[in-house]
Amino acid sequence: MSVLVYTESEQGKFKKTAFEVASYAKAVATQLGTTVTAVAINANDASALGNYGVDKVLNVSNSQLDAFNAKTYADVLKQAAEKENAKVVIVSSSADSKYLAPLLAVGLNAGFASNVVDVPSSTSPFTVKRTAFTNKAFSMTTIDTDVKLVAVSNNAFGLVESSGNASAEDFSPTLPESGVTVQSVDKATDKVTIADAEIVVSGGRGLKGPENWGMIEELAEVLGAATACSKPVSDLGWRPHSEHVGQTGKPVAANLYIAIGISGAIQHLAGINASKVKVVINTDAEAPFFKAADYGVVGDAFEVVPQLIEKLKAFKAQQ
Amino acid sequence: MKILVCISHVPDTTSKINFTDDNSKFDTNGVQFVINPNDEFGLTRAMWFKEKQGASVDVVNVGGAETEPTLRKALAIGADSAIRVNTAALDGFQVAKQLAKVVQDGGYDLVIAGRESIDYNGGMVPGMLAGLTNANFVNNCINLEVDGTNATAVREIDGGKETVATTLPLVIGGQKGLVEESDLRIPNMRGIMMARKKPLTVVEPVDANAETSAVAFEKPTPKGAVTLVSPDNLDELVNLLHNEAKVI
Ligand SMILES: Cc1cc2nc3c(=O)[nH]c(=O)nc-3n(C[C@H](O)[C@H](O)[C@H](O)COP(=O)(O)OP(=O)(O)OC[C@H]3O[C@@H](n4cnc5c(N)ncnc54)[C@H](O)[C@@H]3O)c2cc1C
Repeated sequence: MSVLVYTESEQGKFKKTAFEVASYAKAVATQLGTTVTAVAINANDASALGNYGVDKVLNVSNSQLDAFNAKTYADVLKQAAEKENAKVVIVSSSADSKYLAPLLAVGLNAGFASNVVDVPSSTSPFTVKRTAFTNKAFSMTTIDTDVKLVAVSNNAFGLVESSGNASAEDFSPTLPESGVTVQSVDKATDKVTIADAEIVVSGGRGLKGPENWGMIEELAEVLGAATACSKPVSDLGWRPHSEHVGQTGKPVAANLYIAIGISGAIQHLAGINASKVKVVINTDAEAPFFKAADYGVVGDAFEVVPQLIEKLKAFKAQQ
Repeated sequence: MKILVCISHVPDTTSKINFTDDNSKFDTNGVQFVINPNDEFGLTRAMWFKEKQGASVDVVNVGGAETEPTLRKALAIGADSAIRVNTAALDGFQVAKQLAKVVQDGGYDLVIAGRESIDYNGGMVPGMLAGLTNANFVNNCINLEVDGTNATAVREIDGGKETVATTLPLVIGGQKGLVEESDLRIPNMRGIMMARKKPLTVVEPVDANAETSAVAFEKPTPKGAVTLVSPDNLDELVNLLHNEAKVI
């Protein structure tokens, strides 16, 4: 019996969330007095996982798995879980993991808790804390099945390094028909995505037009952040829909969320409340966002943002 | 084409969230319930199929009698008939098992569910339903075309979008983008009158246990007041983010 964790990679390189879920898996394995086995699909250097508490890596390498496919990937994980007799399976909250997890839950007949923000408060009954009601509450949820599936919220647990060596083993599962074929992908590969980002810089209607996004992008670049926007901004076509965050857009669970010219409507907050630290820049001192924010600047974005960029550049230069 | 749209009955976003019975139950007092926003996009896309290509559209909800006004609203928007599985919705797995029975009995070609509901945000039901019924599955779906038994879907991925080809039977987890928000339908008087005459069938649940249970709820600890920084002193903001919040 071990804890099984799916460590995602892209073009052979582990994503940051892979190390985060590995860290989480290690914490759960310690509670259960067992070891961590990771499944790495077409990853180049699986030994890196040892630094985050993984004891053993099942290396799957197969060109049929180059493009993500939820059903096939779920089946690979199912076979790995069965091989390892895993009672707890852990995945991240990336779009891919959230896509495959319910299929995996069916395959393993496992109770599934998503959006989990902390290690189990008890392992018997197995109880985890997850967000509910679009981040307006937490639910303490027990998973009652023999095999348990947990999707950990991004940035909820963080990275915990440990000194260890992961042993490696080749694993060749049988691959089922996928049923869904990718025809084309339209993605900016050089950009930090909202899901992976630790910092997100987001602009709202207060920025007046798409021509003013240069400073948002520059601020994001200085911080190594992803850019995002409020719903009207994507509705107006100023920014792509994939940047729209909120209840009807993408969820953001960043360490730092900077909202510029965004009023802080409840539907917007619903998507970003899980972020840890929120900074608001808005001309209107009465904007509702100030009630949800940790730090605020009442001021004109067109004056504040360029100055903030300069200050941050100076700060980074000193680091 | 036979389409089934899964309708989740959820508290309106602006609802105050409270709990009763020693924080073990959601307090529905004074809460307005609506069609889950992601499902609303799916329902409108189903109407599009019905009007442009010819399809029958049924809607389904797993829940007690209190969810019927939400199903009637879906009928008023244009669905042909509604099914309510007469049991409380306990968790994603249990709901998916109930829905799987409805899908199998009804022989649906296309099932449209919302990417997630805004109450428990599980994001479980569409994928579990696909798994249980052996249908193909496309999540985070922002466009869908069907030609005979072939389907082309566009789905949102981290940092962009992806176009996929698949076949019916198909389950999608849909969201905004399936239709434009300006195309969402609001029931009109005629629709509401017609909805009263449309069939709403109540079916009894199959035997399926929940695999998870919410044993207690907590509200986030109230946040302290915002720390305001003068626009003339942005060094202070950098300092606070570095030394106090430790996020840069
Ligand atoms: C069912 C439903 C779902 C929704 N889902 C979402 C969602 O997922 N995401 C989302 O974002 N919204 C969503 N909305 C819309 C939401 O209610 C708000 O309308 C939206 O968030 C407002 O966007 P905004 O703050 O950019 O624009 P506005 O409300 O126009 O606010 C602009 C802000 O910019 C400030 N400002 C103006 N000029 C400047 C300046 N020079 N410098 C600094 N600040 C300035 C103003 O003071 C104001 O606070 C939803 C609504 C509904 C009904």
